[in-house]
Amino acid sequence: MSYLIAHWTFRHSQSFLHCQMIFIKLYARKILILKTGRSPMGMLGLPFLTRMEGFSAKIYITEAAARIGQLMMEELICMNMEYRQFYGAEESSGPQWMKWEELELLPSALRKIALGEDGSELGGGCPCIAHVKDCISKVQTLRFGEEACYNGILIIKAFSSGLDIGACNWIISGAKGNIAYISGSNFASGHAMDFDYRAIQGSDLILYSDLSSLDSTEDIDQSSFSDDNNNWEELMNSLSNYDESVEEMEKLAFICSCAIDSVKAGGSVLIPINRVGVFLQLLEQIAIFMECSSLKIPIYIISSVAEELLAYTNTIPEWLCKQRQEKLFSGDPLFAHVKLIKEKKIHVFPAVHSPKLLMNWQEPCIVFSPHWSLRLGPTIHLLRRWSGDHNSLLVLENEVDAELAVLPFKPISMKVLQCSFLSGKKLQKVQPLLKILQPKLVLFPEEWRTHVSFSDVTSFSVSHYSENETIHIPSLKESAELEIAADIASKFQWRMLKQKKLNITRLKGRLFVNHGKHQLLPENEPGGSSQTRPFLHWGSPDPENLLAELSKMGINGSVERCMTDAESEDGFTVKVQDPEKSMIEVRAAVTVISAADKNLASRIVKAMENILEGI
Amino acid sequence: MAIDCLVLGAGQEVGKSCVVVTINGKRIMFDCGMHMAYNDHRQYPDFSRISKSCDFNNAIDCIVITHFHLDHIGALPYFTEICGYNGPIYMTYPTRALAPIMLEDYRKVLVDRRGEVEQFTSDHIAECMKKVIAVDLKQTVQVDKDLQIRAYYAGHVLGAAMFYAKVGDSAMVYTGDYNMTPDRHLGAARIDRLQLDLLITDFDFHGICLVFQFTFCKCYNSEIEYRNSLFIDYAAAVSDTVDYIIVSYLISLPCPEMEALAFGLRSTYATTVRDSKYAREREFLKAAASSVLHTAVASILSFVVIIVVHKCVAGGGKVLIPAFALGRAQELCILLDDYWERMNLRVPIYFSAGLTIQANMYYKMLISWTSQKVKETYNAFDFKNVHNFDRSLIDAPGPCVLFATPGMLTGGFSLEVFKHWAPSEMNLITLPGYCLAGTIGNKLMSGNPTIELEGTKIDVRCQIHQLAFSPHTDGKGIMDLVKFLSPQHVILVHGEKPKMATLKERIQSELGIKCCDPANNESVCIPSTHYVKAGASDAFIRSCLNPNFQFLKSGSEEKSVSGSKCTEGTLPLWIKDERVAEGILVLEKSEKAKVVHQDELLLMLGEKRHEVQFAYCCPVNVDELEKFTTTSLTPTARMLRDPNKSSLIRLLVAKLSRKLSEGNIQDFGEHLQVESFHLSVCLKDTCPYRITNGLEDKPRTAFFCCTWSAADDKLARKIISAMENRDLVET
Repeated sequence: MSYLIAHWTFRHSQSFLHCQMIFIKLYARKILILKTGRSPMGMLGLPFLTRMEGFSAKIYITEAAARIGQLMMEELICMNMEYRQFYGAEESSGPQWMKWEELELLPSALRKIALGEDGSELGGGCPCIAHVKDCISKVQTLRFGEEACYNGILIIKAFSSGLDIGACNWIISGAKGNIAYISGSNFASGHAMDFDYRAIQGSDLILYSDLSSLDSTEDIDQSSFSDDNNNWEELMNSLSNYDESVEEMEKLAFICSCAIDSVKAGGSVLIPINRVGVFLQLLEQIAIFMECSSLKIPIYIISSVAEELLAYTNTIPEWLCKQRQEKLFSGDPLFAHVKLIKEKKIHVFPAVHSPKLLMNWQEPCIVFSPHWSLRLGPTIHLLRRWSGDHNSLLVLENEVDAELAVLPFKPISMKVLQCSFLSGKKLQKVQPLLKILQPKLVLFPEEWRTHVSFSDVTSFSVSHYSENETIHIPSLKESAELEIAADIASKFQWRMLKQKKLNITRLKGRLFVNHGKHQLLPENEPGGSSQTRPFLHWGSPDPENLLAELSKMGINGSVERCMTDAESEDGFTVKVQDPEKSMIEVRAAVTVISAADKNLASRIVKAMENILEGI
Repeated sequence: MAIDCLVLGAGQEVGKSCVVVTINGKRIMFDCGMHMAYNDHRQYPDFSRISKSCDFNNAIDCIVITHFHLDHIGALPYFTEICGYNGPIYMTYPTRALAPIMLEDYRKVLVDRRGEVEQFTSDHIAECMKKVIAVDLKQTVQVDKDLQIRAYYAGHVLGAAMFYAKVGDSAMVYTGDYNMTPDRHLGAARIDRLQLDLLITDFDFHGICLVFQFTFCKCYNSEIEYRNSLFIDYAAAVSDTVDYIIVSYLISLPCPEMEALAFGLRSTYATTVRDSKYAREREFLKAAASSVLHTAVASILSFVVIIVVHKCVAGGGKVLIPAFALGRAQELCILLDDYWERMNLRVPIYFSAGLTIQANMYYKMLISWTSQKVKETYNAFDFKNVHNFDRSLIDAPGPCVLFATPGMLTGGFSLEVFKHWAPSEMNLITLPGYCLAGTIGNKLMSGNPTIELEGTKIDVRCQIHQLAFSPHTDGKGIMDLVKFLSPQHVILVHGEKPKMATLKERIQSELGIKCCDPANNESVCIPSTHYVKAGASDAFIRSCLNPNFQFLKSGSEEKSVSGSKCTEGTLPLWIKDERVAEGILVLEKSEKAKVVHQDELLLMLGEKRHEVQFAYCCPVNVDELEKFTTTSLTPTARMLRDPNKSSLIRLLVAKLSRKLSEGNIQDFGEHLQVESFHLSVCLKDTCPYRITNGLEDKPRTAFFCCTWSAADDKLARKIISAMENRDLVET
């Protein structure tokens, strides 16, 4: 079994879709396993694939990511429809900066796997709600640690990565080893369940794709880790220290204080919703800050799916970090927004033009709304309104090119705050982490080759891969593990081969390929007689030996060299007269026994077996 | 290898579930329950049997709790805080969240109200809960390097789970309580088809036994008699006890109730039972007899409850529903709140202090563990008509519905309210599905008109209604589960002995699975699966996956020999593709055992194969052959006086296919083939394989040269005997 692994990122610039997948091809058959990595945001491109005719691949997503992802997709489509109402369906009629770009196409080899030989190309245009529904129906959802079995040969499991709610790393295991796919992971999250690195420990191959912190160009201090690679516990503690979460909290606090300053000055704050976890945390923090500064400023969430999203996030303790789970155990809501909505500190509206919002509207205010690209949704309207106000504040994540994002709204006197939240491991943590995980082989992104050096690593080998490129990985293990039922093992008849110091025995049963395992179980109806006689023979019979063996059994005959047959140079024939006329024809690779009597024939076979090796 | 199973509680009884299982050296305690009916040492499992020295940390690898009911978790704080167990404890998220409430509620009842010495404190409960590791459904949890556990949805109560445990190659499932049919707020149990050595299943007949008591209904009239005869008809049609009783209850309702019931049922069955004409009822019963009813048992039961409650408050009465803090109260409250909304009722529904509305908060966060239907409505536990109850409201005028703790009226607030409300005929008391012997609830169920309480006699004149939710599994449910999982062994626990004995018999006779029902403190030892591990080469795996078609005639050998009338043309052909894995296990010193294909073995040895074959030139009398086959051959075939090769072969095929039941005879014109047996017409004057003497001279003898490999010797000899007419019986 060889693996064909390709890492593929799908970007659609206009609809800001981002979809990371890995494809794995096994054996020569048409099999595709496709996964989305990172956060629920990472699956927004899926409907493009699933709506294509002939799409037959299996898709695995965590349950929480699927639910949140579906909501995100629905919102995106809703906003896109609004956009088209505004600018018309014709793409050309929109402003230049909203142009659709050509879709990046799947590498041709993978397209064949995904769509069959006559797979059509990825179509343009935004998918509709039906496409999303259809897409979700094709997805198999998993919980953390749940085993999904693909075709009996592979076990697929998801483990939390800590980056966002439902975000995960994957482990794919088969009879010939296992692969871990690590995407952006976070040791200490304030919302999602922490990075479960223990589950990944001991994988044969790690496909490392935590590409997100590429922009962090801090110097890597390797000296502190290089010596003691045995002390994993200590290493792990140093990796998962709480600095990061403290840092994250500080960032949140900074945004909150900026927001408070703005509203105090009479300006409003616009926070485009990006990652769900960050959004929920920010919501909580701002409310706390408001309370502390005894401000009575309304917080609006304007989004067509916010109500459902907020309700949903309060029902998923299994997907959240330890602190949030403790809230469940003590009977408090998982996120503070539940209480805040009840106390009417947060107001949720489906759209900017909702009558209730218009009646309720107060400025200054703090608004959370999609879309972070500033090209879709309520953000456009609000930006237009506030861009001229130098007291107002726009909060953007670092992932977005702020210059480019606000370009259409220029001149802009509104303040723009850019913040970067942890979206993966820091570079200096990559190498020690991989050491702890103890893989045999690591596939590492080519772009990082210069940033992380593995020259001093001896415990595993490293290959580099590039996006949209296929790598062939040699088999991780020479042979598959076979489990033989005790019933079969108890009937083994060992035969010792002296010259090779080998013990061999014949093995018979029914092979089951089930749940990633090969099992040999007893046959349903053991075929009548227990087959004790060997059927595989080797060696070269010698005429004298044969005659001797035959005479031991009371069979007498004479050897005749057969010279007529050119091919059988070593051949000879034994003519048996006693007890009955029969013949043994011995050639290099075959012996033919001709006897009318069954018993005589089997006696002759026995004699042959005594001079041949066999099993 | 064996699995040792020590039953510490719930062996041939109901209460204090606790089973300690040892699999391949790993010891797991499943459930740690208490017995509610005892106050002495019998209330806890006898933990000393686990370890004489009471060193439980070394004796037990982990504890697994299936759900938050006290008979499954009640002894846990005692075991961890008093007995000193410090190891891991696993339970689902809802159980982890709800168990402390349940335990605290019970502790309060014991200490504050019954004045007993407490077995554990609030701090003990809190400390105990810190040791718990919460798990999600289907999440495979690696307890340590060798021990793996996994939870499966069990229904029954929120968060209830069945647990799978695996050590090495041995695996088992412990079910706890479960239900195989969905109810209003929980789904049915779901589990994968697993390879199991052992299934320990709870056997709990509460549901069924108590549904019988439906006949509390006091509304018989002459019409009912007739209806009862109807339902006996129906009862003959359904074997399941539960369905039987429900229907009996439905038709014993007078018309107004039937109407209200129809209101609820219409959506489920699209059948109207409004006009209670017999024909209509018969139709309804028929519809009910279909599987629809079985899955909807619980929802019908709950409608019945609502109707009874509604009837009482409509008449100005007060309804007391004694319940434990969690579970049934929320379940029933969903139904009532929903019904109140739809019927636009204004009668208040109260929760007593013990049954905090806080508990509903938990249910809201854990909504993903409820049924699909409840899940879809995000606000199922946002009760609109529910208020907190105040002591001053006990004697306030006007109707109301009150949920009060504890259930079974063992003491506390619910008993206090009972004292006030029981003497009025207008009022109603709805008792939980199961009341332990000795409790007031139990006395009421057995129809005691006067109850003595602390010296004062209470004249019970109110109506008594038994809640008949049956979230426990039933006999059919257990059989279904056992059949589905098909384990090697079954152990029944948590049930009364005589009833379990019946089911044990059924499991053994109907399913052929070994089954036992050990008593408390008994130990059962069960053999377990063990696999021998070896590496398998690709060539071996590939060879195993090759198709192995076999074409069989359906008629067995004896049949065709005894001359049954079926002709060849009508015999259906059976096609079998049973792939046989054949290989060679090689054990080289200091290397891992490896399974290879036989060709690989020769490569490993550097040897060439030497085949041992048989050959035989078989004489056959052509006349015999023709005589034998004329009956079934066309006249043209009979006309062949000078048979050529292919016609000879054809004749032979016809003959052999009548005589041979096994093997697939393939006619290639020039030769025929059965497995490795190859036959062709031999025209040589002197064939080296023509061994038999004296036949050459006989006229009309044809020779067939046969070769076969040693493996098919038996088959080949049979064919040759057939050809030589040596086995002729019928000619």
